[in-house]
Amino acid sequence: MNLEELKQIAASTRDEQAKFDHEINICMGTGCLSQHSDTIKDALTKAVAASGKNAFVRRTGCMGLCAAGPLLLLTNKGSEHEIVYDHVGPEHAEKIAAALGGAPVAELQCDLREHFESQVHVVLENSGHIDPEKIEDYIARDGYEGLVTAVTEMTPSEVIEQIMKSGLRGRGGGGYPTGLKWSTVAKAVGDPKYVVCNGDEGDPGAFMDRSVLESDPQRVLEGMALAAYAVGASRGFIYVRAEYPLAVSRLTAAIRDARRKGLLGNNICNSDFSFDVEIRLGAGAFVCGEETALIASIEGRRGTPKPRPPYPAVSGIWGKPTLINNVETFANVPPILRKGGEWFSGIGIGKSKGTKVFAITGKIANTGLVEVPMGIPLRQIIEGIGGGVPDGHTFKAVQTGGPSGGCIPAHLLDLNVSYESLIEVGSMMGSGGMIVMDDTSCMVNVAKFFIEFCMTESCGKCIPCRAGTAQLYTLLTRICEGEGTMDDLDLLVDLSATIKETSLCGLGQTAPNPVLSTLRYFRNEYIEHIEHKHCSAGVCAMSKAVEVTA
Amino acid sequence: MSPAPAVDIKTLTIDGKEVSARAGQTILEVARENSIAIPTLCHLDGLSDVGACRLCMVEIAGTPKLFPACVATVEEGQVVTTSSDRLKKHRRTILELLFAERNHVCSVCVANGHCELQTLGQEQGLTHIRLPYRNPKLEIDGSHERFTLDQNRCILCTRCVRVCAEVEGAHIWDVMGRGIDSMVITDLHQPWGESACTRCGKCVQVCPTGALFDKSKVGSPHPKYPEFLPALQMMREQQ
Repeated sequence: MNLEELKQIAASTRDEQAKFDHEINICMGTGCLSQHSDTIKDALTKAVAASGKNAFVRRTGCMGLCAAGPLLLLTNKGSEHEIVYDHVGPEHAEKIAAALGGAPVAELQCDLREHFESQVHVVLENSGHIDPEKIEDYIARDGYEGLVTAVTEMTPSEVIEQIMKSGLRGRGGGGYPTGLKWSTVAKAVGDPKYVVCNGDEGDPGAFMDRSVLESDPQRVLEGMALAAYAVGASRGFIYVRAEYPLAVSRLTAAIRDARRKGLLGNNICNSDFSFDVEIRLGAGAFVCGEETALIASIEGRRGTPKPRPPYPAVSGIWGKPTLINNVETFANVPPILRKGGEWFSGIGIGKSKGTKVFAITGKIANTGLVEVPMGIPLRQIIEGIGGGVPDGHTFKAVQTGGPSGGCIPAHLLDLNVSYESLIEVGSMMGSGGMIVMDDTSCMVNVAKFFIEFCMTESCGKCIPCRAGTAQLYTLLTRICEGEGTMDDLDLLVDLSATIKETSLCGLGQTAPNPVLSTLRYFRNEYIEHIEHKHCSAGVCAMSKAVEVTA
Repeated sequence: MSPAPAVDIKTLTIDGKEVSARAGQTILEVARENSIAIPTLCHLDGLSDVGACRLCMVEIAGTPKLFPACVATVEEGQVVTTSSDRLKKHRRTILELLFAERNHVCSVCVANGHCELQTLGQEQGLTHIRLPYRNPKLEIDGSHERFTLDQNRCILCTRCVRVCAEVEGAHIWDVMGRGIDSMVITDLHQPWGESACTRCGKCVQVCPTGALFDKSKVGSPHPKYPEFLPALQMMREQQ
């Protein structure tokens, strides 16, 4: 494979697609598939054939607006305009086929212009436009151009330089500069070196990585191959949760296709660069998203973290230099190589460059996946793109960063989202889950939920996390049941400090964040539970509260 | 004759005392060489370090983070503090967590008076436990002819796991479950007496509490002798 051959594949695929007057893209991500979007595709294929229209029906990955699924994206030849239909069912197939070329079906048309138009798609640029199991579709949209150019025309250090220039930072939570990480692994001594893609997305309410893997698996493979070329690695692992069967099957197909095209395997582009990827399935442990635990798991051992240093960049899988990046981080790499680091650093704010994919869930109208430039006001994400809190309720807080993050109350909604600004208000970027809460959510109960998650997901190796989270959970349960005392609040704070400062890995070090941030912004709710034995959200039953008569 | 390999020497300050160390030594090693005490539980001379008990956390000037002295290596010019109000507070909280986690009832424990957890509690001035006791219902495995495993006293330091795997080479011990439900087990959770145990008793000698004990010592003082490990290691190296 060389650049010319690649461009030929792209051109012939585009020619093939240009034969059709209309393209009908049906979302077949997990969300829409759970509403039987596969039957819609079958019905549409039949209806289109029956109607005699020259249209092409394609399955695609997630289009983002999961709340309104199943979704359908329609494009007409010679027109930039895209039509989105929501809540589509197989019964609409004939109507949709009949309307092709004329006025769109009004009753199905999705009118959420603000939702789509304020987003900037880099990672999700192909979502809704390509068949995730067709490598040609990816190549037709400039896929693998970055890799082939890099391998045939650039040195590894030039690749790293582009990543450095782009200002890309890890999208998995910590926000470590990606270019710096790559250059560290490139300088590390050891053979072989490994590249690992961390797809062990486990935060409650987060599904960014799943969607990327399901919608555009080739993009992740290209990102990994570019990383391998840059750091001098020859083997790669994708660590995916076994709970993501669709992502796994699409990845498996993607790896097979990339091998057939000579974009993975030995002597890629007739160079001396060889790289191949294996999938490893996680067995359902949140802690395996922590890099040293992930390494242990890949090696076939119990997934428990190890003290760092030594960092995986120096001593990772089987003691060899290992580069670990998140799915979304790798997905950002191909466009950076294609368009240059400067292009990427032009998006974003301050030290947070590029875009971020968020999974918005909870008490929000437009549940789903959005990609926005860094620096966008939180209010625009929640009220604009997200459509605000439904059913006449009022917004109370949004939890970012999953169980490791914190909640952000209403008065901070004008915050510009970046790694730094979120940490300043006591939360964090995390992997990109956003859980919206309204006046029917009790913040003590929310803290209890996240602590329970951390408690059950603690590996049990170090005592502050193992027993500390269990103690926090006991104390919060006591408060939720109306048995709490004001002394318990001090104990919560003391215990949180010890867990935060002395735990071995990131899971423990961040586990108390939901408690600390709810205590910081919603202390009144704790006091209400303790002193008045009352939960104004009506969530806590206060079953054990004893009524005090004056 | 080949020249002796160059040894990289670092100098640093621990608790105001200027000390020297070989590169690659841990802060704990250097502190103990210089008679500076740092409390530890999971660390044991002669075993690999896992950094699990978090009692040896120390402060290093210039960063707000705390570092486990058992695995953090020395750096030139480092200024280490091994005892401060903040560290003491954390150590006491960690000990409280340990005491409240399972059923540590010293008065009826076979290791009473010879228990590292008990000693640490006294040394760190632990007078009471603020946290609710969890009082879990846990099993005692008495199936082994010589030894007993009492989960009620286990603090999951994993010394038994490491000594069995690293020194005895049998690896019958490991950890099962996760989080607060973690448990040391023999083989694949078979009774100890039916496991592939070699009956060497090393795990009992290194156990810091009364979780592993010799049946013949019940009712009499049960001191343990983990000092055999460095000696054994030295003898093996000389062979």
